[in-house]
Amino acid sequence: MSILRSPYETAQFFDEMFANPAEVRPHYRRLAERLGTLNETEFDQRRAAVDLAFLRRGVTFTVYHDNAGTERIFPFDLIPRVIPNAEWLRIEAGLIQRITALNLFLDDVYHDQKCLKDKIVPPALILGAKHFRREFMHCPVPRGIYVHICGTDLIRDAAGNYLVLEDNLRCPSGASYMIENRAAMRRAFPNLFQSYGVRPVEGYGDELLKALLHIAPNRSDKPNVVLLTPGVYNSAYFEHTFLARQMGIPIVEGRDLVVRDHRVYMRTTAGLMPVDVIYRRIDDDFLDPSVFRPDSLLGVPGLVNAYRHGNVALANSIGTGVADDKVIYAYVPKLIKYYLGQEPILANVNTYLASEPLDRKFILENIAKLVVKSANEAGGYGMLIGPAATKEECEKFRAQVAANPRNFIAQDPIMLSRSPTWCDGSLQGRHIDLRPYILYGEKITVTPGGLTRVALRKGSLVVNSSQGGGSKDTWVLQGDE
Amino acid sequence: MPATKPPAPPLLRPQATVMLSRVAHSLYWMSRYIERAENVARLLDVNLQLLVDFQGFTDTTIKEHWGSIIASSGDEEEYAKHYESADNRSVTEYFAFDLRNPNSIRACVNAARENARMIRDQISAEMWEIVNELYLYLQGRTADEVWASGALEFFANVKRSAHLFQGLTASTYSRSEGWEFIEFGKFIERADKTTRILDVKYHILLPSVSDVGGAVDTAQWQAVLRSASALEAYRRFYVREILPWKVAEFLIFSDSFPRSLAFCVAQVDEFLRRILGESATRPRTEAGRASRRLLTDLQALTITDVLGRGLHEFLMDIQDTLGAIGDEVVQTTMFYPAESSLEEQQQQQQQ
Repeated sequence: MSILRSPYETAQFFDEMFANPAEVRPHYRRLAERLGTLNETEFDQRRAAVDLAFLRRGVTFTVYHDNAGTERIFPFDLIPRVIPNAEWLRIEAGLIQRITALNLFLDDVYHDQKCLKDKIVPPALILGAKHFRREFMHCPVPRGIYVHICGTDLIRDAAGNYLVLEDNLRCPSGASYMIENRAAMRRAFPNLFQSYGVRPVEGYGDELLKALLHIAPNRSDKPNVVLLTPGVYNSAYFEHTFLARQMGIPIVEGRDLVVRDHRVYMRTTAGLMPVDVIYRRIDDDFLDPSVFRPDSLLGVPGLVNAYRHGNVALANSIGTGVADDKVIYAYVPKLIKYYLGQEPILANVNTYLASEPLDRKFILENIAKLVVKSANEAGGYGMLIGPAATKEECEKFRAQVAANPRNFIAQDPIMLSRSPTWCDGSLQGRHIDLRPYILYGEKITVTPGGLTRVALRKGSLVVNSSQGGGSKDTWVLQGDE
Repeated sequence: MPATKPPAPPLLRPQATVMLSRVAHSLYWMSRYIERAENVARLLDVNLQLLVDFQGFTDTTIKEHWGSIIASSGDEEEYAKHYESADNRSVTEYFAFDLRNPNSIRACVNAARENARMIRDQISAEMWEIVNELYLYLQGRTADEVWASGALEFFANVKRSAHLFQGLTASTYSRSEGWEFIEFGKFIERADKTTRILDVKYHILLPSVSDVGGAVDTAQWQAVLRSASALEAYRRFYVREILPWKVAEFLIFSDSFPRSLAFCVAQVDEFLRRILGESATRPRTEAGRASRRLLTDLQALTITDVLGRGLHEFLMDIQDTLGAIGDEVVQTTMFYPAESSLEEQQQQQQQ
């Protein structure tokens, strides 16, 4: 029996593929035709082949318990998410607008602080932010770019509107899965791509390298670009090696680098070799033990000084986390208007700030109806989904919010859109989000596609891989169907 | 009119000219561990077959047989710590699967794969996939299970994967500095293993023992040759029956057989020279001198010299020299520890 024959519920959610259970949206039509020719056995064979390929190729992430690492593949669903061209153009414009404003904001925060003087953002929120790096005030950054690589999480509400859920301006991960997922789909459905007009995502590595070369200090006509990894025990190590291979640059660890006279060198078998650009996948905290955490064993002593002297470029720059704080998030629409004089193309999720008295009162009174998030946690941790939580959990968060309001925000719960996903032998609706990747070099580019994450547990809204999430390939079409 | 030349876009410095010390180190160990895993698989395979072929073995002779193999691997004490007796099953467990033995097939493949993973960006996708597949194949396998499903097939798989890895390395890896470390590691490991394979039977070649022969003995010397994949090559070279001192001569002095000591040491000397930047004349480093001395010995001595001196002592000296050469190369090309401490591992996970 064809896999599309089983009964499918769209329920009260926005479904990406079905306008209603009987009607496939136009941009999914050809996919539906292809899936209609597959029975369950054939579909399962393809799924198993894809999983095996991921394992063999080592496309894995590592989960650690008591220091014993287990390598897992990131669960992959074979039903792609399809985005028609018109929708994508709007997303792209919205993301470019947003990163432009955020970059101007960072430049302002670390130089003149006009946005504070003009009372756009309360100074206490910036100066007290966990990721604000006061050591970095008035330091020029190469080409004025702070965020070279950005991954912005988008969701769709019950009406299908795209909303920004959060910005990731420090070390966003997942781009390698975007590319590996595409490779997996090409192997599973080779013929489907020829006619569908799916825009390629494989240009990401080249664009990333261009963005990195763009910030190289001028003195070298053949800059040495490296990727700085925390090391092989990091859960994202696969991604680091993947991106390094895509760009043809070496991977280095902190101990491979050394700073002499404010210049960074790598230790090679032939002696020290200068380094010009570092794509770092280490958090600020660990980057340089002489400036940040003194106990860091992963960093390079003197690196920050070399950066200050303009002898080496870092991507992303230092202190960008101040702009992806969940509290600052609430101000981004205002910042877009302030710096660009434009209306935001992509809206935020309606957000309440516990630091604002009126909002705080509202949050405390309505906590069971809201999603409460801690300002600096990631990975779906430190979060309360009020409507799904027990009374005790709500009380616990209520107390935490009252005790430390700066650290919390609350949002209206969004019924994330769903996509048909193969679960337990049938197609079922599962909630998804989308992380497109934006690169800021000589110009800003958005790779057509991204990482669609899917909450595989029935009813779950949490798409993070650490909490039962998987992923799908994301197809941006040349046309609209 | 000459066209104006557009400004050249910035180029990346070619990586071939730059090699991190840590990467060199990992290439070296990856290559050594693969070679080691293959040798262990071959040694086990041949000797298990030998014991199956000859029903004349008693429990005592089986124990003696394995005892000399365990001794030649240098693992006597470790083995006695974990196992009571040396029967086929426990020896297979120890040499193939036991992770407490750092030289078991599984431990070697784990180490090779971990080194490969650290330099995943430097090696070809083909090389990585083979070493990763071998690792996945060994995961969760036990001696009992392999015994039940056929040990032959198992060892054949391990050997084939190792050969595939070396073949793919030869056909997909650039002849850069990294290649020198890979080849150096492979041949130094192979030379060491050939000394150990010979050492298993050294007591038969003691100067005082002259009377050897019989079906079992011939089979055992065949097994020595097969342990070094040398039986066919030996036959083509000597044509005659298998004589112990001829076997030793072949495995030590053959210039053309790629597992003989002379051949391996010539390769070690060649790649060592390239790595340390030595000239063809007088070596400047201790390792360079040691390898040159060893090579000269292997070119100038005869089997009579070796047997007169004592085969066992001769082989032990070579093992020590090879060990010292390996250590010095690691020390001169690495300026800092290549492994992460436990605390570093924890910080890496926090990121």
